[in-house]
Amino acid sequence: MSSHARSVKHGSFVIERLFNYDPGALFHAWTDPKAKARWFNGPADKWTEDVREMDVRVGGRDRLIGKFVDGSESRFEAQYFDVVPERRLVYTYDMYWQGKKISVSLASIEFVAQGKGGTKLIVTEQHAFLDGYEDGGSRERGTLGLIDNLGVALGGGDTRIPRS
Amino acid sequence: MDHDQLSSTFAALADPTRRAILSRLATGEASVTELAEPFDMSLPAVTKHLKVLQRAGLVIQGREAQWRPCRLQAKPMREAAEWMEPYRRHWEQRLDRLEDYLRETATKGARRPRQGRVK
Repeated sequence: MSSHARSVKHGSFVIERLFNYDPGALFHAWTDPKAKARWFNGPADKWTEDVREMDVRVGGRDRLIGKFVDGSESRFEAQYFDVVPERRLVYTYDMYWQGKKISVSLASIEFVAQGKGGTKLIVTEQHAFLDGYEDGGSRERGTLGLIDNLGVALGGGDTRIPRS
Repeated sequence: MDHDQLSSTFAALADPTRRAILSRLATGEASVTELAEPFDMSLPAVTKHLKVLQRAGLVIQGREAQWRPCRLQAKPMREAAEWMEPYRRHWEQRLDRLEDYLRETATKGARRPRQGRVK
């Protein structure tokens, strides 16, 4: 990785998905700790959670630390910048792998009511990949499995979203 | 995956004629003459592009028939796309799990603050 030392590469993407559940249900799944833990995690057979902390409010922080079966550690640290219940979450997050910061990202999650009781979820992420880790470190790990623990603490926090 | 393969994949894709050839091959195999048809360029020029695609492993040329059909090899491109998009892929998997979670809790009628089910 020496040739990549101090490099920054940028990337972004948008994912849209329709759900047959209303924005309240979606928002709950993103912001209730128990709900979030059900789906926001690494692959069950390859990854175990060590630390999960959530505080969904402007200025609040999330942390998710876990280990893969090969012993490598991933760490996700997020901070919320905008929280509008059932509408929007905006947060930044740093990804660390084996203690090295590999990316800094901005994530915008939009919950758009759609038809009768449906929701269009729009996930927009903008990344600054550091020091050659635009693949999330998977080359060094030797498997794309790392990605399963990357990024993005969706939600986190309390069922009742604190207003700030 | 090996970096030289990625480099040659991206280099091969960095040309509109070669991308058009790949698009054509995505619909089925074709002879060099057929591939050359839509382009305003000589057969040797098209052959040159094909050689780049072959070296990158994106296209193979059969030997079995006289017309030696060209075929798309999707794997390197798929690998290139995967290399570029781990975060997106990660998200897609997450959202699959989110969907499973919602379906499950809707079935149980558990823990959701609102009626969200449409169907």
